[in-house]
Amino acid sequence: MQVTLRIQRFNPETDTKPYYREYTVEVEPTDRVLDALNQVKWYQDGTLTYRRSCAHGVCGSDAMRINGRNRLACKVLVKDCGPKITIEPLLGFRVIKDLVVDLEPFFAQYRSVMPYLINDEPPPVRERLQSPAERELYDDTTKCILCACCTASCPIYWTTEWLGPAAIVNAHRFLFDSRDRATQERIAILNQRFGVWRCRTIFNCTEACPRGIQVTNAIEQVKRRILAEQV
Amino acid sequence: MATYHRYDAIIVGAGGAGLMAAAQLAGKCNVAVISKLYPVRSHTGAAQGGIAAALGNLEEDHWIWHMFDTVKGGDYLVDQDAAEVLAREAIDAIIELEHWGFPFNRTPDGKIDQRRFGGHTKNFGEGPVRRSCYAADRTGHMILQTLYQHAIKHQVVFYDEYMMLDLLLTDDGVCTGIVAMDIETGEFHIFHAKAVLLATGGFGRVFKVTSNALSLTGDGCALVFRRGLPLEDMEFYQFHPTGIYKMGILLSEACRGEGGILRNGLGERFMERYAPTLLDLAPRDMVSRAIYTEIREGRGVEGKDYVYLDLTHLPATVIETKLPDITDFVRTYLGLDPIKDPIPIQPTAHYAMGGIPTDVDGRVTVDAQNTPVPGLYAAGECACVSVHGANRLGTNSLVDLVVFGRRAGKHMLQFVQENDFHPLPKEPDYRAKAEVAWILENDGDERVATIRAELQEAMMQDAGVFRTGEGLRHLQQKLAELRSRYTRIRIDDHGKAFNMDLVEAIELGFLLDCAEAIAISALARQESRGAHYREDFPQRDDVNWLKHTLVTRTSGGLELSYKPVVITRFEPKERKY
Repeated sequence: MQVTLRIQRFNPETDTKPYYREYTVEVEPTDRVLDALNQVKWYQDGTLTYRRSCAHGVCGSDAMRINGRNRLACKVLVKDCGPKITIEPLLGFRVIKDLVVDLEPFFAQYRSVMPYLINDEPPPVRERLQSPAERELYDDTTKCILCACCTASCPIYWTTEWLGPAAIVNAHRFLFDSRDRATQERIAILNQRFGVWRCRTIFNCTEACPRGIQVTNAIEQVKRRILAEQV
Repeated sequence: MATYHRYDAIIVGAGGAGLMAAAQLAGKCNVAVISKLYPVRSHTGAAQGGIAAALGNLEEDHWIWHMFDTVKGGDYLVDQDAAEVLAREAIDAIIELEHWGFPFNRTPDGKIDQRRFGGHTKNFGEGPVRRSCYAADRTGHMILQTLYQHAIKHQVVFYDEYMMLDLLLTDDGVCTGIVAMDIETGEFHIFHAKAVLLATGGFGRVFKVTSNALSLTGDGCALVFRRGLPLEDMEFYQFHPTGIYKMGILLSEACRGEGGILRNGLGERFMERYAPTLLDLAPRDMVSRAIYTEIREGRGVEGKDYVYLDLTHLPATVIETKLPDITDFVRTYLGLDPIKDPIPIQPTAHYAMGGIPTDVDGRVTVDAQNTPVPGLYAAGECACVSVHGANRLGTNSLVDLVVFGRRAGKHMLQFVQENDFHPLPKEPDYRAKAEVAWILENDGDERVATIRAELQEAMMQDAGVFRTGEGLRHLQQKLAELRSRYTRIRIDDHGKAFNMDLVEAIELGFLLDCAEAIAISALARQESRGAHYREDFPQRDDVNWLKHTLVTRTSGGLELSYKPVVITRFEPKERKY
């Protein structure tokens, strides 16, 4: 089948502002949108620029707006997108070139929540014990691949400086890990002006997550945890 | 002008091996990690099923059983001193990962849960054993995340989206650093270092159907090769039995570890004929050959070139909770539900057993005597220790990353503390600059993508699961043609900023280097062993071929030499399962 890709283009070396360009490609209905982009780049216009690596939804490189929604281009099939597919870079970040955005602010927010296990007690000779029930409490938020689909879908993030959903997901992953000992330090970060309270439970993040993480729910759990710890 | 940087240690590649090494060096010396992707995009994150260690949490297990399985699984081409290190240190490494926060699945009493995996047995082959530690079917994702988290905690310096273009060696063979390009700006950076670790991953993209990411183009292997250092055992390339039909996306061996069955077009559990004891959990090379044999003999599904992976007899909760990502892949890409539908699969190019020769401390070596290159290290899939021999067991790749990434990091720390900087060669970036300039300015009539597609097709055809002398000679002719056409490429993007057209052209050069090394090594090896199966020499030949291949590029072309296999505990025997 034929599909038309309407792609936002921007080359920092030659353009002053973004514009759209259309490409028509021959694809199988079951091809990924990434396959269609590759068709363009490989055989029509090598200047088209986007990130990609694993091509099956686990590395998080090819997050972009596809028909207005934040998706991984490798996890959307062309048959589900209609005959004309509009592809744009994620919102809320500086565009470096075409579909490539500057994710450094995103990773800076991620780093700010102390996304690592903190436990200074001397470890046992073998593994620390954790029951399956304790493990289950943070299972959902371990799935995060830091693709930025959620954070870039958040209207609050577009206009205000705040942690954004992905950083909170990664804070949740440690806040609810029975082995972690830094609850108070984590809460101090999350309870700041730019912390969890900026969330207005819009649920865009949950809809955007290609890993099916219940992002808004995780943010709500963090809010409740903060309140519970303060009592 | 290139920007100059100076670090005690430079690590190239931010997957499991690179980050594990970085963890040994962080805070103890001046270290930086360079990666052509953001670290969390590395392909370690795509590993699914598990990481083996004889913890014995669910049933009796011993490191020596793990070592034996590794040696036998590798069809006795494994260096047994290295396999012993792997099996012994796997236990410590897993516990260390747990202490760093790795979210393993747990047993009811809170220990690390373990499951069965192909080729892992109890008591030297008696039957399957629960040795694979795991986190659902996203074990690699969790390793990558845990190690990246650890690196952030210890403030490791990263150069994200920097691509290595050259490896710097002095005339007397001392490594002094690397040259890289900042992909975002196109600027050159010279990294002067006392020690360099290559942890650049595999080269699965030489094949058409592969589980490997688009970025796995053998950069580290190719640059070592270009600098006149040997590559080892390049003919041993693993095809994983269960890739999604046509797409190659990996469906973990954990599917079979949890009880999944392979069925041919007649519905038969055909592995009964090939491996009566381990059945569907036989080593990957045997299962991949069995699948192709079924297909060749007309028992593919509907006469086509695929068979089924059948999970439909498993409880839905097992599929949903222990194989959630795989379930998602099958639903997304095939529109099938693994709870109700058998899954069409075919073998997919997956893992390089060969690569840059190293000793057990990750030091790159150059000859049959294992003479090291001062300051140069390699670990992970790009390296060949050799713990995988002729065929890697499932779950042993993640073990390899953490065990030998750790050992390389520790040895590098000692090396940088005991040694000073060697002066850089004059104009250290001249080769890198010349290559980039050539590609940007070349005005030919060939497209990179066309040459790459023909390369991948030819490799699949003649260097895949079944090989012949005739096919490999044909492949060499094709590679020579592609090499010549590569000199006539023309790319569309001539800019500096985020030029992925340029990146892909450079990567194609790396792939051609790897393919040539594979072809000559495979043609020379006139026997069948592990993943290297020669239809014209179907038997293993220990008298003539129980040795590692070394291939080196010289001014006169590619040259082959060999080095002995280290045998300590287990004398080679026929491999039966």
